[in-house]
Amino acid sequence: MPEFWINMGPQHPMTHGLWNMKVKVDGETITDAKPEIGYLHRGYEKIMEVREFQKNVVLTDRLCYVSSITWSHAYCLAVEKMMGIETPERGQWIRVISLELQRIASHLMWLASYGPDLGLLTGLLWCLRERELFLDLIQLMSGARMNQNYPRVGGVRNDLPENFEAMCKRSIEHFLEKLENEYPKIFHESKVFRMRTEGVGTLSAVDAINWGVTGPNLRACGVNVDLRRLDPYETYEEIDFEPQIWQDGGVGDSYARFVVRFNELRESCNIIRQALEKMPKTGPYRVKPPRRAEGEGYAKTEDSRGEALFYVIGDGDDRPYRVKIRSPVFCTMAATPILLRGNKLADVVSILGSVDVCVGEMDK
Amino acid sequence: MSTVVRAAPVVVSGRPVPLIEKEVLGGLRAAFGAKLLDGKVLRPGHLAVTIDRDDLIPVCTYLQKTIGFEHLSCITAVDWKDRFDCTYHIENYYNGCMVQVTAHIPYDDPKIKSLTGLWNAANYHEREAWDLMGIEFEGHPNLERILLPQDFKFHPLRKDFAQEVDRQYITRRKLRGGK
Repeated sequence: MPEFWINMGPQHPMTHGLWNMKVKVDGETITDAKPEIGYLHRGYEKIMEVREFQKNVVLTDRLCYVSSITWSHAYCLAVEKMMGIETPERGQWIRVISLELQRIASHLMWLASYGPDLGLLTGLLWCLRERELFLDLIQLMSGARMNQNYPRVGGVRNDLPENFEAMCKRSIEHFLEKLENEYPKIFHESKVFRMRTEGVGTLSAVDAINWGVTGPNLRACGVNVDLRRLDPYETYEEIDFEPQIWQDGGVGDSYARFVVRFNELRESCNIIRQALEKMPKTGPYRVKPPRRAEGEGYAKTEDSRGEALFYVIGDGDDRPYRVKIRSPVFCTMAATPILLRGNKLADVVSILGSVDVCVGEMDK
Repeated sequence: MSTVVRAAPVVVSGRPVPLIEKEVLGGLRAAFGAKLLDGKVLRPGHLAVTIDRDDLIPVCTYLQKTIGFEHLSCITAVDWKDRFDCTYHIENYYNGCMVQVTAHIPYDDPKIKSLTGLWNAANYHEREAWDLMGIEFEGHPNLERILLPQDFKFHPLRKDFAQEVDRQYITRRKLRGGK
């Protein structure tokens, strides 16, 4: 059959944002693919050069509105490395809690959108219902459901509210019960879900590393890399947790990526519980950063989608001279042709949905 | 798009190895000597080296093939007005070490060798650096704009690309209707 190109996007329910996946098909089989990105390019790296260090946190929040705190935190950490300051201990613990709450909210949003991709509308409703619990906690902590503007250079904006510990524990207990008893019924045990996800979109560990795929997508290939463990930042080295890795075979398919993210939900709850126990009950949560800074610094963190890296250069002014944002989705997007090649056209949705694309951070 | 085929990686512990940064820096000094213009340890597990752009391929080949730095994390291009810098963040998944390799590029000849032969991940990063900063990567298979439209004429992250640099706030007088 003659091969021809099909545009999946920019206006397609599969894309979860604004980008275009061009696929070349031979009948039903995909022979080549070419992502086209840049529709949402807002020039963040340029805008950040004329704003003060602290004001840029507002921008980094909007890199990915589903996972704001993790992005602002990565930026603040890079600026702190450049300035040579360190957050007080209680501030670090608060950051760990906020990061994990955000990670759970982000993964639930992904799961909520992955359900309808495969025709599973119950997944959408359940996941969004549980996501509200964590958005409420984040709102309690920072005052906003989304785009929180919570991390600060040198700490966090405010201390935890009263009774936060009790509310957090109650929500997590409720959530874990749902996670153990309800969710597997529509995901793991559903025959349709497994047929749509198992064996499609495979990626070998060698390819994944060479193409720069990071985060849950890499761990789904069986590679034991979690930056919270491999290069600990904040107080993660004091926490006893298990990086979630796909154990059954080295080739990551859509189902493996689902399982890794699903297990990360549980592990994040574990981390929050430990952090609430171990954190000092009082103490400073923020230091005053210097207004001007010179030098360079970078920080890499485990974002909910992979490795987020900020590289900040200061030239002695109160604004950064250059900011570089390394987006995990941008790099994963380079590897999507490998994921897609050889699969059927109907599986594009199942494969690209499992990658967890966020266009805001991809296009910067 | 060619896929580089190598032996499957085995990452055993997923934990950092202490004092690895000194070992890596020592290895780099022994292998390249005076070609390493600058080398320093930033913090545990992180080091930074500076090289000339002609030594980029040997240094990166050594890092990847000999001491197992398998992950190219990021490529940053910086405009210093009198020169360009191209900074590579390269990471080792076995011991958690990260090397920041900076190569100097003269301003009037913004060219550097492409790393796509070593890491496929370099493909998109180099296209982005070309798109926004205008650095030409020699040997790149498909060096075209990625974030901006194909017919865009400028490289906006360069410092001579104008941007409103005045502080953006409204004074109280303006709010009350004055100038």
